[in-house]
Amino acid sequence: MSTESFEPSRSARPRSAAAPYASPYTSYSEWSDEEIYAEQYEEPRIDPHRLANVLGWFSIGLGLAEVLAPRALGRAIGVGDRPQIMRLLGMREIASGLGLLSQRSTQAWAWSRVGGDAMDLALLGIAARDERADPKRIAFAAAAVTSVAALDLYASRALSSVQALEPAEIVSESRAINSTPEALYAFWKNVENLPRFMSHLESVTPTGERTSHWVAKAPAGMSVEWDAEIVRDDPNEGLSWQTVPGSEVTHEGTVRFEPDPAGRGTVVRVQVRYIPPAGKLGVQLARLFGEEPKLQIKDDLRRLKQLIETGEVATTLGQPAGRRSLIGRATLGRRMQ
Amino acid sequence: MRAVCWQGIGEVGVENVADPRILNPRDAIVKVSSTAICGSDLHLYDGYVPAMYRGDILGHEFMGEVVDLGPGVTNLSIGDRVVVPFPISCGNCYFCEKELYSLCENSNPNAHLAEKLWGHSPAGIFGYSHITGGYAGGQAEYVRVPFADVGPLKVPDALDDEQVLFLSDILPTGYMAAEQCDIEPGDTIAVWGCGPVGLFAIQSAKLLGAGRVFAIDRFPERLAKAQAAGAEIAFNYEEVDVLETLKDLTGGRGPDACIDAVGMEAHVHGVMHVYDRVKQAMRLESDRPAALRQAILACRSGGTVSVPGVYGGFIDKVPFGSIVNKAITIKSGQTHVHRYMRPLLERIESGEIDPSFIITHRIDLDDAPLAYEAFRNKEDECVKVVMRP
Repeated sequence: MSTESFEPSRSARPRSAAAPYASPYTSYSEWSDEEIYAEQYEEPRIDPHRLANVLGWFSIGLGLAEVLAPRALGRAIGVGDRPQIMRLLGMREIASGLGLLSQRSTQAWAWSRVGGDAMDLALLGIAARDERADPKRIAFAAAAVTSVAALDLYASRALSSVQALEPAEIVSESRAINSTPEALYAFWKNVENLPRFMSHLESVTPTGERTSHWVAKAPAGMSVEWDAEIVRDDPNEGLSWQTVPGSEVTHEGTVRFEPDPAGRGTVVRVQVRYIPPAGKLGVQLARLFGEEPKLQIKDDLRRLKQLIETGEVATTLGQPAGRRSLIGRATLGRRMQ
Repeated sequence: MRAVCWQGIGEVGVENVADPRILNPRDAIVKVSSTAICGSDLHLYDGYVPAMYRGDILGHEFMGEVVDLGPGVTNLSIGDRVVVPFPISCGNCYFCEKELYSLCENSNPNAHLAEKLWGHSPAGIFGYSHITGGYAGGQAEYVRVPFADVGPLKVPDALDDEQVLFLSDILPTGYMAAEQCDIEPGDTIAVWGCGPVGLFAIQSAKLLGAGRVFAIDRFPERLAKAQAAGAEIAFNYEEVDVLETLKDLTGGRGPDACIDAVGMEAHVHGVMHVYDRVKQAMRLESDRPAALRQAILACRSGGTVSVPGVYGGFIDKVPFGSIVNKAITIKSGQTHVHRYMRPLLERIESGEIDPSFIITHRIDLDDAPLAYEAFRNKEDECVKVVMRP
């Protein structure tokens, strides 16, 4: 990344059709692809997005059959009368199908189908031991599941490698904050403040004049660490940082503090370019659970505003409640969708 | 402690829950001495407000004694007797500085949910679904009050709970509804809905110089209270044609301002009611705007329709052509309670207003489930329920 091009630059590389929309405000730093996309990949023979669509419709069709005619289907594949299990499996199929067709996080949903195939094979194995079962029909069903599983696996791997190579996400967000550029710059420059409003961070520790060590929370209680460096510093106006080469996470960011034209505080603009670590399960999971970088930065800026304006971050975590339902327990306390 | 919890559509229960504690520096804990059921709580009870979860503690009208304070609250002391406004407001943001407290930008931890539904998020509200923050409410023995240095108003010991409790919501809400009508001396105001907010809107309209106030409801006890509050004529919309009657009463011109104090669960008879019920049941329309439609059609050209009634989502068959062609001004909003509490307290102290006239039921917190049912079904002439924990 060039450290000289803080001003809007029109000479940036031509954007490909898939490049995200960039507003005039978001082009104040120029990104170079070459250093980040060293990885190459093999051209898949079948368009994986198309395959995902086909598998999505297949999932929904099979799922509907399992939900609506569980007994007939059970007899057809030789496992006998198990309508409840069949209906549950049907709902799983429909969820995977809708996920695939939604065109968001397709690779995660494709992987969910691979997992579903494994589950189906395991259940067929269990059913085969039952005396009510018809072994010939079960063998035929298992063969069918295995061939679909091969397609699912192919689609998942192809989608993962395609999505890893799709352009890095550039996320831009802004928020008006009732404060001065000077105060906001000073707050942000003290990097130890960042975890106070960036909820996915555990800590940021300064390691030198311009360098710091970041620890972020990852799913399943794991953490991700990296080192970052301030590559541009305009006192009271803005900062740019990027991860040092060789980090597990590749990320560049810029924050600008612009006085509101009408004198109503300061507009804080953040632009982050975020390269998902390809194939890393953590990021796939994060996506599946909706922790999109754009939403995260939006929430982070909201918390920064709360912290600067009110001195605290609004919360209800730790307040009393009556007996929750299972859904409530699963939903409340995390970011609600 | 005991708390009234939402347990599903049409179900509330008193449960034993943990006591609240200070979570942020500007928090206070209030020991509740009186709390009320609001008409808007019925929208939660009936399941018309999304993002309610089993176990949510209800209640946004409450008062009591400060029993614990965070280090950031310096203007209150332990033992102070306070009334707490229902919107939670930081006092520091752009909107709070403009005294638009119910639009506070910093008090809703679930602002992203509200942004999805409404474009932007309003302030957090006690006990009013996770869209407005998921804050535990005040129908409980204790409640945590965020930004306690901004909201709670100290009240003099000379006034009893029933005189000041309604400063938390419905008195300012009725007042703001009337204030939004920009009343000129002698103006004619029509008010749909003679529940607590409608009654205070009638009273406030008179205080602000209205000439004649007409009240519309269908329950005799509510129509009687409307007349007690200052309405010249209170009529039953099931017995007369509302639009014709209002024209008759105003020489054909229509009221100068109309107030919809009914909101999303309006009831009318006839085809439109069936239409709205069906669409609402099928989730094709989230709110039933029967009163609003009438208010718009009844209002005189160039007049104002003020909407204190709560709407949460989408409405249908709203005569927008009438708004455009009659140059109607629509004003609405959750109440900026903080702005009105002190001046209204002064009017209560001077004896100009005694809000306690609306109370029909005084019960123990444990009887909340019965009270919700009676209030929803308008049984036993129920207009306002006050509970003592």
